[in-house]
Amino acid sequence: MAISLRVNGTAYEVDAEPETPLLWVLRDNIGLTGTKFGCGIAQCGVCTVHLDGQPIRSCITPASIAVGRNITTIEGLSDDNQHPVQQAWIENSVPQCGYCQSGQIMSAAALLERNPSPSDSEIDTAMAGNLCRCGTYPRIRKAVHRAANLIQSSRG
Amino acid sequence: MNMQTPDLNTKSTNSDNTRTLSRRSFIRTMAGAGGGLVLGFHIPGAIAAAVAPEPWTTPTDGTEINAWLTIDIDGTVTIRVPHTEQGQGALTSVSSMIAEELDVPWNKVQAVFADMNRHVNYGQEYVVTTTHGSQLVRMQHPHIMQAGASARERLKAAAAQSWGVSPAQITARQGVLSAGNRSAEYAEFVTAAAEISLAEEPSIKTPDQWWLLGQPTPRLEVPVKVNGSAHYSIDTQLDGMVYAAVKCCPVPWGKLKSYDFDAVRNRTGVIDVVEFKALEGKTFTSDMQNGVAIVADSWYRAKTALDLMPIEWDFGPNANVSNESQAAEAQRLFEVPGDISNEVGADAVAKIDSSERALSAQYHRPYETHARMEPINATVSVTDERIDVWSPTQDQAAPIRIIADHLNRDPKEIFVNSAFIGGAFGGNGGGATAVTKQAAEISNRLRRPVKVIWSREEDVAHDKQRPPVHTELKAALGENGLPEAFFSRAVWFSHEGIANHGPATADEAIGNMPYLVPNRRHERHNVAAHIPTATHRAPGVNQNGFIIEQFADEMALAGGWDPLEWRLEMTKGLEPWQRVLLKLKEISGFTTDLPKGEGMGIAIIADHGSICGACATVSVSQRGQLNIEKLQIVINSGYLINPLNASEQLEGAACWELSHALYAGLDLKDGRFTNTNFDSYNLMRMPQVPEIETHFALSQDGWWGGMGEPGGPPSPPAVANAIFFATGKRVRSTPIGKHDLSWS
Repeated sequence: MAISLRVNGTAYEVDAEPETPLLWVLRDNIGLTGTKFGCGIAQCGVCTVHLDGQPIRSCITPASIAVGRNITTIEGLSDDNQHPVQQAWIENSVPQCGYCQSGQIMSAAALLERNPSPSDSEIDTAMAGNLCRCGTYPRIRKAVHRAANLIQSSRG
Repeated sequence: MNMQTPDLNTKSTNSDNTRTLSRRSFIRTMAGAGGGLVLGFHIPGAIAAAVAPEPWTTPTDGTEINAWLTIDIDGTVTIRVPHTEQGQGALTSVSSMIAEELDVPWNKVQAVFADMNRHVNYGQEYVVTTTHGSQLVRMQHPHIMQAGASARERLKAAAAQSWGVSPAQITARQGVLSAGNRSAEYAEFVTAAAEISLAEEPSIKTPDQWWLLGQPTPRLEVPVKVNGSAHYSIDTQLDGMVYAAVKCCPVPWGKLKSYDFDAVRNRTGVIDVVEFKALEGKTFTSDMQNGVAIVADSWYRAKTALDLMPIEWDFGPNANVSNESQAAEAQRLFEVPGDISNEVGADAVAKIDSSERALSAQYHRPYETHARMEPINATVSVTDERIDVWSPTQDQAAPIRIIADHLNRDPKEIFVNSAFIGGAFGGNGGGATAVTKQAAEISNRLRRPVKVIWSREEDVAHDKQRPPVHTELKAALGENGLPEAFFSRAVWFSHEGIANHGPATADEAIGNMPYLVPNRRHERHNVAAHIPTATHRAPGVNQNGFIIEQFADEMALAGGWDPLEWRLEMTKGLEPWQRVLLKLKEISGFTTDLPKGEGMGIAIIADHGSICGACATVSVSQRGQLNIEKLQIVINSGYLINPLNASEQLEGAACWELSHALYAGLDLKDGRFTNTNFDSYNLMRMPQVPEIETHFALSQDGWWGGMGEPGGPPSPPAVANAIFFATGKRVRSTPIGKHDLSWS
C-alpha cells in the first residue's frame, strides 16, 4: 500500500502497511538511517523525530499518523551542523559511540523550541526518555545549556 | 517455500518536490557522498554503503609509507585505524599517536578504518585488531607510535638522499622537511620514503617530548555523530538486500520443537524461513543457539511475521534454574572449600575462627546484560566470488575468521566493511559472533545480501551476560583495629567456568587487593550454568570491587578507623595508591561527621592497570529516597594521552556501572530472564545523573594504565559506603534500588 509522507521538506511515496512504524519507513523505505532503532517500545528515545515540531518516538508511531504532516529527522535539522544544538554538542564533545545522539539532539532541539532557557530540572525532565549507555549525560546537560546560550545570543 | 522476489523499490509520485528513490539510486547517492566506493569513512562524510571494491584500495589518492598511513599531495595524512570505534575514541587515539611521531599539523589528519582482509591474509601488519581490555593506548602505544616514527625517519632519509645531506641534518616538523635553507613538504618525498629501508628503526618519543599527546584533543568523528551521517553496521543498505528477524529458544540450549511457517508465509513481503542449530561443545567461539528466522523484504515485515508464527520450544533441563536456585547453591558452596586463587601468610581461616574480633558478611551481584544501544545485527553478502560483512564487532578481523570457518570459505575472499558501532562494552567480541553466523547462513542459502537484526527482546535474552557472583568474606582484627587475617570464598556462575573469561575476572580486586593484611586466603567455586556469559566493561572488577570496597569500610569501622585513613594506612608504601587517596582527600573534604540522611563514601580499586578512586556524596530522605549529589573520580593511569577523552571515559564508565548497581540486574526465572526490554531492565537516566568531577593523579614513572573501564568499579561502592553513613544500612547486593533505605 502506498503512503505519502513529507520528510525534511521532501515528499515521498512508499510501499508499506499503514501501521508500519514511521521509524522503519524512514530507515528502510526512504533510507534516512540517522534515526535509530533501539527498543521498539518507546523506552529509549533513539528513534526521536519531530512531527510538526513535536518530538515523537517513531518506533511506535504508525506511519499513517504522519500523513499530511511535516516530519523532521536528524538529517533535516541543518545542512551543515550549524543548528545551535549540533554546535553545542560539538563544543562539548558529547558523543561517544554516538548511536543515541540523533535522538538526544532531536529531543533537545524540541525542548529549546518551546523553552529557550531551561533549568537543570527542566532539562532532566525533557531528556529523561533518552537513554545513553556510554554515559554522556553530564555533557548533554552542559550542551543543552550552551545551545540555549547560542540561541539567545543569535536572537540578540 | 515462498521465494517470491520482493519489490524493494519505493515509488515516486513525480510531483515537483518528490524524489524518485529506488534502492539502487539510494546506494549510488550514498557512495557519491562518501567520495567513491571505499573501505572506511572520511571525516566529514559518510561511509559508502555498498559492497566494497578490490582489496588494498585506499580511500584517498595518497601514497602509502607503511600500512598505517598515507600522505596526499596536498599534505592530507590518512591514518588507517585497525581498531573498532565503539565510543572509546580509538580513531582519535591511534591517529594522534601517529601524528605525534610523524609531526604533522593535526588539522591535516583524517582517519579511516583499516582493511582487515589485507591484515588477516597478508602479514597481520596491524599487530592487534581486537578492541577490549582498555588496552589500546596502554599496551599498544609502542608499536603504533613506532609506525609514525618510522614513517618520519623514512621521509628524512629520502630528503637527505635527494639533497645530499645526512639524515641527521634534516628536521621534520609539522609536515615540512628542512635542512639549512632547503625545505619541502612531506608530500614531495612520500614515494621515495616508501622505498627506504632504515638500518635501524627509531625509538619512540618519551612523554617529555610530546607536542600533541597530553593535549585535550576533540575526537575526530564528532561532526558525523551529530547529524545522522555516521554509518553504523545496522545502517547498511545494499542493492537487493533482504532482512531477517530471529527468535532463539528463550531458555538457552533449549530446542526448537516445531513452527508453522504456513501461518505467515503469504503475508506481504515474507520470503523464507530459516532454522538455526546450536553448536554444542564449541560454545565460546561458536555460540549459535537453536532458533528460527523469518526473511522478508523489510525488517518490520519479517519481525511481524515472526511474532505471529506459532513456535513450540523444548526448554530442556535448565528450565528450573532461577536466581533463587543459584543463591541456594551458593549457600551450600559457602560451606565447601573452593579452589585457592591466592594465599598470603598462613592459617588465615584458623586465625579468624579463633579470633574474638572477627566479622563476616555475604555479598551478591546478579546477572547484567550489555544492552548497548545498537541492537545486535549483521549484514552479510555471500556470492561465489566474495563475501562482504558488516558487523558491530569488537575485533574487526574476527568476522573473516568466523565466516571462513562457518561457511568453509577462503579468508582471502572475505571482506570486512568496518562501521561505527553503537556501544559494545565487552559484549561484541563473542557477542557479535552468533548474529554474524546467522546472517552468513541465510545469505549463503539465498545468495543475496541479508541484514539480520535482533529485536531488543532477543538482544536481552541472548546477549552473553555478565556472570553473577555470591561471595562470603571474613576477617579478624588485631589489637590496632586493623585486619590480621582475611578470607574470601566466591561462587561464580558462568557457562564454561569463569576461568574462560580470564582468571582475572574471578579474582581481580579481591585476590590481588593491595591491602597489607598479613594472612589472607582467597577461594572460588566456578559453577557451570547454562546462561552464556562474557566480559562486561570491567569484568570481575565491577562485582569484586563493589564487594571488597564495602567490606573494607566494614573492617575499618569495626576497628574504629576512618575509612579514608584506613585505606592510607593499609596501602602504606604503595605510591600509585597513596597518590590517588591523597588527591581524593584533598578534593573531597571527606568526612564521616555529617547529619543523618547525608553521607560521603570512598572507594579505590585497581583495574586494567590503573588505580581509580571515587568519593560519592549522597543524601537519603527518611522515606528512603536516594539522591547522589556528587561523584568525584581520581585516576592514576601512569600517563595520559588525551585528558578530554579520558574525562569522557571516566564519566561514562561511572554512569555505566552506577546504572547496574542502582537500577538494573537481571531476574532469572524458569531458566530465562523475566527482563525483556528497557521497561523491565532499568538504567540510569538524565534525572538520576550526579554532578561528576574527574581528576588525574599520574605517577608518570614508567607504567601505563587503561582508561576505558577503571572509572566504573569504584563508583557503586563509594555510593553504597555513603548510603551506610547516611542511613546506617549496609547494602550488600544490587540493584541498590530494590533495598529499603528508609531511616528514622
